[in-house]
Amino acid sequence: MTDAATTAPVRKPRVGLFATCLMDLFRPSVGFAAVKLLQDAGCSVEVPSAQTCCGQPALNSGDFADTRDIARQVIETFAGYDYVVGPSGSCMATIKNDYPQLFVDDAEWRLKALDLSRRSYELLSFLTDVLGVREVTASFSATATYHDSCSGLRGLGIKAQPRALLAGVKGLSLIEMDDSEVCCGFGGTFCVKYPDISQKIVSDKVANIQASGADTLLGGDLGCLLNMAGRLKRLGNPVRVYHTAEVLAGMADQAALGDPEK
Amino acid sequence: MQPLSRQFKQRATIAIKDANLQAALGKAKEGFVGKRAAAIAELPEFEQLREEAKAIKDHTLANLDFYLERYEAQVKKYGGHVHWAKTAEDAQRIVLDICRKANAKTVTKGKSMVSEECGINEVLEAAGMEVVETDLGEYIIQLAHEPPSHIIAPAVHKTKAQVSDLFHTHHAKFGLTRRLTEVADLVNEARQVLRKQFFRADVGITGGNFLVAETGSSIIVTNEGNGDLTQTLARVHIVTSGIERVVPTLDDATTFLRLLARSATGQETETYTTISTGPRRSGDLDGPEEYHVVLVDNGRSRMLGGQFRDMLRCIRCGACMNHCPVYGAIGGHAYGWVYPGPMGSVLTPLFTGLDVAYDLPNACTLNGRCQSVCPVKIPLPDLLRELRHRQYEEKITPAYQRLALSAWAFLAKRPRLYHAVMRIPVGVLGWFGRGRGSFASLPLASAWTRSREMPAPQGKTFQQAWRERMENRDERRT
Repeated sequence: MTDAATTAPVRKPRVGLFATCLMDLFRPSVGFAAVKLLQDAGCSVEVPSAQTCCGQPALNSGDFADTRDIARQVIETFAGYDYVVGPSGSCMATIKNDYPQLFVDDAEWRLKALDLSRRSYELLSFLTDVLGVREVTASFSATATYHDSCSGLRGLGIKAQPRALLAGVKGLSLIEMDDSEVCCGFGGTFCVKYPDISQKIVSDKVANIQASGADTLLGGDLGCLLNMAGRLKRLGNPVRVYHTAEVLAGMADQAALGDPEK
Repeated sequence: MQPLSRQFKQRATIAIKDANLQAALGKAKEGFVGKRAAAIAELPEFEQLREEAKAIKDHTLANLDFYLERYEAQVKKYGGHVHWAKTAEDAQRIVLDICRKANAKTVTKGKSMVSEECGINEVLEAAGMEVVETDLGEYIIQLAHEPPSHIIAPAVHKTKAQVSDLFHTHHAKFGLTRRLTEVADLVNEARQVLRKQFFRADVGITGGNFLVAETGSSIIVTNEGNGDLTQTLARVHIVTSGIERVVPTLDDATTFLRLLARSATGQETETYTTISTGPRRSGDLDGPEEYHVVLVDNGRSRMLGGQFRDMLRCIRCGACMNHCPVYGAIGGHAYGWVYPGPMGSVLTPLFTGLDVAYDLPNACTLNGRCQSVCPVKIPLPDLLRELRHRQYEEKITPAYQRLALSAWAFLAKRPRLYHAVMRIPVGVLGWFGRGRGSFASLPLASAWTRSREMPAPQGKTFQQAWRERMENRDERRT
């Protein structure tokens, strides 16, 4: 069957990958997984080098001046891409929801922030909601449970997308833990400013992970995953921790977060 | 009450180690969260009600002067008195004056957070009056000489065994010496003791969940009926309420009543909803001879004009704290003042000082669950972040934090330098971490590694690995 619609060359969507700071520093494999998933879905992907961080550490510390400087840098760096996609609900919620609010008194930059906002997506939400990806080809043998990271869940409505995609991974069965929507106690600098409170919250989270019977913990935000993996390892708990993108891209064959190289 | 919020960190640490508190908190959390969810699942229009309630409050706050004056006129029309208290001290003085004029010896109290905020009990007791809290939770903490730890369940931090001990100690003087262990028996004994006080009381003080401008009425909701006995049996009834609690009409009040009970305790409606309009009229079978309303500002009008106006929508249901992971970990006393949890972390710095309550807006993960359950859609995380902003601008944020932030921001604004610098620690930690996967301790990271391992980085930054991959691909092509 041939018709104009299927034979005409379609320009691939040009995606700028937002390489989140924690991914850049701790877990490049999540970035490569994101690139693979985007390319498999028909995107051309670029990684601008003039990016560092979304500015959330400054924003959440009340330092709005530095946040604005960093936001302007992100806005300029990602001008011209069809989409800006990152493997983190937290960073992408900052870009999508908070950037426009930072420039309420500056029409020129507010316009630019709004333009970036409408082009910006968290990875799995982009794949599912924008590109219409329903299934990925990946296999991973695990009984996994998924933690709903707060910013993605409440800021961007990410709840069904990762579960829908994970349902298609061969060998993986997903079970729900209690309170999957409750914060893990990371909260950016919160976890080091209030370590005792953070420890109590992450301990409750780890108890729920353990009670679920899962052998693997998945999530969409490295901050939360580092926190939970760190606590699991401290308690000698064998649960493996991966970013969802690594599993969906079939790239979860390397060492899990906090585990020694194989 | 003098704020103790400066000791937040120490108080939080003590709270986490308090086994009784942790047991009580665990139980409460399950109850509140589950019951609320079930009640809301049965009300399809809940979301619509939230929108309506928010709109009513926004409208009322935008016209607050008008509705307050209308309310005052209606209270007077039905024979009541309205007193305006600009500060907590004004409220103390006004309430004390009314009680003195009534020759009060015993004052009963229904639950009132505004009265806690203004420290009414202390002033009346100092003047030689006996003050009796009649809400069971408030009664328990009054016996224990503690402030409330939750705005609707003041004694939520107490276990049954602790309550049993308190009653055993304090009820002996009434000839009640049997040690009780069942909840029903404890409630009955408290009821027996309190019933006598209701009849002895000269003045009854209640809060006001809503003040109705249309009718000059005050509305209270309780589950124990203690509010009704407080306000109908004493000769004088005093309502202490914040100025923001006024709503235009009775109809509007019903929108809030539907939201309040479900959000607070997961009930469709509280057991008692009581509407009071003025003192006893000729022909009435009961009711007080005098009806006073003390309208407390105490910083509220200052919030009206600024970014914190949204906070004045609060109807004091407690859902935010019931769903807050931090409150769930430390309970209410750690916050150090009258209002705990997310709503308290906004109000306390505004009422007591950005420096006094420095920790409160910061001790929050910004997870947003509070906002998602708030019946009047207060953007609590945004307000907390705005408070952090003010602390930062006023240089209340500690210098070492500001310095660390500036150093990080300096790098983050210079991508080339940032990437060159970040390679170094990532490379070193990655190399040392290969065999072990994570670190049990690291220099400068003790706050993290005290309770967690630090997962090792993979060895290269993503930017570094990505550039290398691109170069290799280009080489293969040429």
